[in-house]
Amino acid sequence: MENYDIVIIGGGPAGLAAAVSARENGISRIVILERDKELGGILNQCIHNGFGLHTFKEELTGPEYAGRFIDQVRELGIEYRLNTMVMEISSGKTVTAMNRKDGLFQIQAKAVILAMGCRERPRGALNIPGYRPAGIFSAGTAQRLVNMEGYLPGREVVILGSGDIGLIMARRMTLEGAKVKVVAELMPYSGGLKRNIVQCLDDYGIPLKLSHTVVEIRGKERLEGITLAEVDGRGKPVPGTEEFYSCDTLLLSVGLIPENELSGGMGVELNPVTSGPRVNESLETNLEGVFACGNVLHVHDLVDFVSEEAKAAGRNAAKYIRRSGAAGRDSVIRLTTGEGIRYTVPETICAACMDDRLTVRFRAGNVYKNCYVSVYFDKERMIRRKKAVVAPGEMEEIVLTKEQLLGHPGLETIHVKIEEA
Amino acid sequence: MTDYDVLIIGGGVSGCAAARELSRYKVNVGVLEKEEDVCCGTSKANSGIVHAGYDAAEGSLKAKMNLRGNELMDSLAEDLDIPFRRNGSLVICLAEEDLPELKSLYERGIANGVKGLQILNREEVLEKEPNVSEDVYAALYAPTGGIICPFELNIALAENASVNGVEFHFCTEVTDIEKQEKGYRLTTSQGVYSAKYVVNAAGVYADRFHNMVSGKKIHITPRRGDYLLLDQCTGNHVRSTIFALPGKYGKGILVAPTVHGNLLLGPTAIDVKDREGTATTREGLDEVLGKAGMNVKNIPVRQVITSFAGLRAHEDEGEFIIEELADAPGFIDCAGIESPGLTSCPAVGERIAGILKEKLGLKEREDFISTRKGILKPAALPWEERSALIRENPAYGNIICRCEMISEGEILDAIRRPLGARSLDGVKRRTRAGMGRCQAGFCSPRTMEILAREWKMDVREVTKSGGKSYLAVGVNKDAF
Repeated sequence: MENYDIVIIGGGPAGLAAAVSARENGISRIVILERDKELGGILNQCIHNGFGLHTFKEELTGPEYAGRFIDQVRELGIEYRLNTMVMEISSGKTVTAMNRKDGLFQIQAKAVILAMGCRERPRGALNIPGYRPAGIFSAGTAQRLVNMEGYLPGREVVILGSGDIGLIMARRMTLEGAKVKVVAELMPYSGGLKRNIVQCLDDYGIPLKLSHTVVEIRGKERLEGITLAEVDGRGKPVPGTEEFYSCDTLLLSVGLIPENELSGGMGVELNPVTSGPRVNESLETNLEGVFACGNVLHVHDLVDFVSEEAKAAGRNAAKYIRRSGAAGRDSVIRLTTGEGIRYTVPETICAACMDDRLTVRFRAGNVYKNCYVSVYFDKERMIRRKKAVVAPGEMEEIVLTKEQLLGHPGLETIHVKIEEA
Repeated sequence: MTDYDVLIIGGGVSGCAAARELSRYKVNVGVLEKEEDVCCGTSKANSGIVHAGYDAAEGSLKAKMNLRGNELMDSLAEDLDIPFRRNGSLVICLAEEDLPELKSLYERGIANGVKGLQILNREEVLEKEPNVSEDVYAALYAPTGGIICPFELNIALAENASVNGVEFHFCTEVTDIEKQEKGYRLTTSQGVYSAKYVVNAAGVYADRFHNMVSGKKIHITPRRGDYLLLDQCTGNHVRSTIFALPGKYGKGILVAPTVHGNLLLGPTAIDVKDREGTATTREGLDEVLGKAGMNVKNIPVRQVITSFAGLRAHEDEGEFIIEELADAPGFIDCAGIESPGLTSCPAVGERIAGILKEKLGLKEREDFISTRKGILKPAALPWEERSALIRENPAYGNIICRCEMISEGEILDAIRRPLGARSLDGVKRRTRAGMGRCQAGFCSPRTMEILAREWKMDVREVTKSGGKSYLAVGVNKDAF
C-alpha cells in the first residue's frame, strides 16, 4: 500500500485549490485522484465567461479559470492520477481506487480532502409524470454534449428550473442554433444569479415563467412537447392554467446534490439541509483529518468562493499533518440559524483553533428585500448588515475574527438570522 | 420469404422462455419483435416478483403456471447466471375485520399447493419487518416468494435461445397473419415470413393476432401500473416483499426490495385504451406513495430516483390462455399473460414447448447448451482476480457509470454478446449503467460514444431505445 500525507478526492476547482494551498503550507506528499480524463472538473464544460472576478480580478472562461490552478498544480509538482475512480474510503483513511493503468490500488492517507463536487437532480426526483422519451436531459448533460462533444441535443427547447446551469444553457442553445421557448421555475423566484437572468434570458428575449412546472410529457420515442401549469403556494399545479409547448428537448436545471456517497460510506456525518458533511471552522468533518470543500460541502454560486474555501481546507489539512493529530477542542461554539437562513458552513467553531479571520457562508430560504443579516453572540447582537436583497440563489457570507471570539469567553452560540427592516 | 417451423411473435419474457425451451429440440425457430431489443413491453416494467402462488383461483391455469414457474426458478436462475432471491413475502392485514380475507388467501394458497404458508400475528410481523406499519393486525407469510430482475431474466432467456440457434428479428412488426394450407403467412414491417406453427406471445397485442385467425374472439385490456423506484441505499428498508390485501384490480400496491438493492413501490391499476400508453400520471404516482405508506412506514421518499409505468395484458376472463386454437390449428396462444406472468415464464415456456413437441414430434438436440454466462461483474470478484482482470483488459478499470460503478468492460460485454445492446436502454438493462441515482446524467454521453464506436455509427444515430429516440439531433450551429 502506498502512503501519502494528503489524498484529495476530486480534481475540480475545489481539489485543485486545496492541493495548491496544502503544498504552499509545506506538505509534499499530496495526490489528487480525478475520475475524469483531465483536471478541472465541471469547469471544463463551462466555456462561458464570468469566472474569476473575485480571485483574479478579471473575467475568465471556466477552462481558463481551471487552467490557472492546473498550471500551479504542475509548477508545484503535485501528483495527480486521472481516469481514476475512488471506490471506497475507510474511516481509517485508506483510499481504494481504480484506473486502467494501475488497476485496483490502495493509498493510506494521513489526511483526506473531500472535493467530489455535486451532481444534478434527475427528472425522477421531481416525479414529473408522463412518458419517458429521448430528449429529456439534465442541463449539465446537455452542456457536455454541446460544449465538449459538439452535438446539439435538440432544436426546440423548454427548460425547467432556473438554476444557473439552466440559464447558461438557455443562452448556449440559442447561440448554437436552437430555439429556447421558455424557462419555467417552480418557485416564485429564480434559483440562479441575477446576472445570469439578465445576460442569458433577458438579452435573448427568452421568457421566464415563475411559479410554473411541467405537468405532462408528450412523445413516446422522442419528446414532442410538454405542458406547463402554474403552481399554487404549495407547489401544486392549478387546474385551468395548462399551456402546451411543442418541443423536442426538455432541459432540467432543478437543483444540485453534493455527491457524498463516499463520505457517507466512510462514516462522515451529513447535514440534511445541505446534503454535505457537517464541518467545523477548519472545514474538518466529524472524522479527524477528513476535510471537505467546494460543492461536495454545500452548493456554491461562484467558483471563486469554492477556491477560497478549498484554500482554507488545504491550509487546515496541512496544519493537521504538521501538528500530527487533532487539536485540543475544549470550548466549541455552535452556529445556529434563525428566520430566513437555511444553514451555515461551518456549524461549529473552536476559537483557539481558528485562523485570524473565518468566513461563514450561508444561504437564505426565501427572497427578502431591504432586510438585515444579523449575527448574535448568545443574546448580544454583534453584526447587523443592511441588504437590499437576499435570495436563495446567491450565497451570503459574514466574517468573524479570532479577536472577536476570544473577546467573548464562555460564548456558546452564534446565531445568524434575517431581520426585517 | 423466410420459412420457419415455429415463429414466435414477441420477445418478451413469455416468448423468450418459449424460444429457449424450443431450442432444446431439433426445430427451426424464429422470434419476431417489433422493438429493437427483447424485453421492451410488459416484461420490462413490472414488479420483478416471483410470486408464491396463493393469489390465483384454485385449479386455474394461472395457479398451475405460478406454482410450476416458482418451482423452476432456482435452477433456471442458476443456469442463466442471473440474480434471484427468495426473500419471502408478506400480505399485510391492517384490521381485524379483514382477517377472514387473509385467511381465505391462506386457504387458497394451501389448495394451490404453496408450501410454508403461515399467518403471523402483529408481533411476529413487526419482528420480521420492523418498518411495517404499527397498525398491522396480521399477515400472510410466504417463504417461497422471491425477487428477480425482469430484464436479466428476459435477456438471458433470449441470449441462451439465440446461442442455441433461435433467430431473432428485431424492428419487425407483424401486421397481418393469414392461414395457409400448411401453416401461416405473416406480413411484417420487414417483409413476409411463414411458419408451420405460430406462437402468439404478443403481450397487450395478443388479442389482435388471435382475432386475425380465430372466430372465437378474445379481448385484452392494457392495465397500466405506475411505479416509483428508490435509490440503492434504500433496499434494506424491508427485506420481504410487502403486499396489501388484494382488491378487485389485482394485488394492490407493494413495497419490495429489488435484487440490486433498490426499493420499488407500486403498481397502480388503471385500464387504458392505448396499448403503448406507458405515461405515468400525477394521480398515479400520488396513489403509489399514499398506499405504500399505509403498509410500510418511514419510506424514504426523498430517495426516489425514477418513476415508470407498465401495462398488464389483462384478458376479459382474467385467465392465462396457453393453448392451440381449436379453430386455427397450428396457432398457439400465449395470451392474457399478466401477473404472475414473470413468475410463470419457465412453466409457460415448458408448456408451449410441450405442445409443439407433441405436434411436431420434436427430438432433443445433443448439443443443447443449457447454461449461459452473465455479464462479468468485476465488483463481485475478489481483489486479486479483479486486479488481474484489469491488467488483462484495462476497460474493466475504466468506470463509465459512476452511480452503479459500471465499467467500460461491462458495457462492451453487453454490446458484443449475442443479441447485444444497441441503445442506451439496451446497455442499461444489461449492465445497470444509467440506472442509478443520477439517471444517466454523467454516463449517457460516454455510453453514446461507446455505442457509436462499437456499432460503427455516428453519435447522431445512437438512440435511447431504438426507433426515433435519437439523443443528438445535429451538430452545433448546423442550422445557420
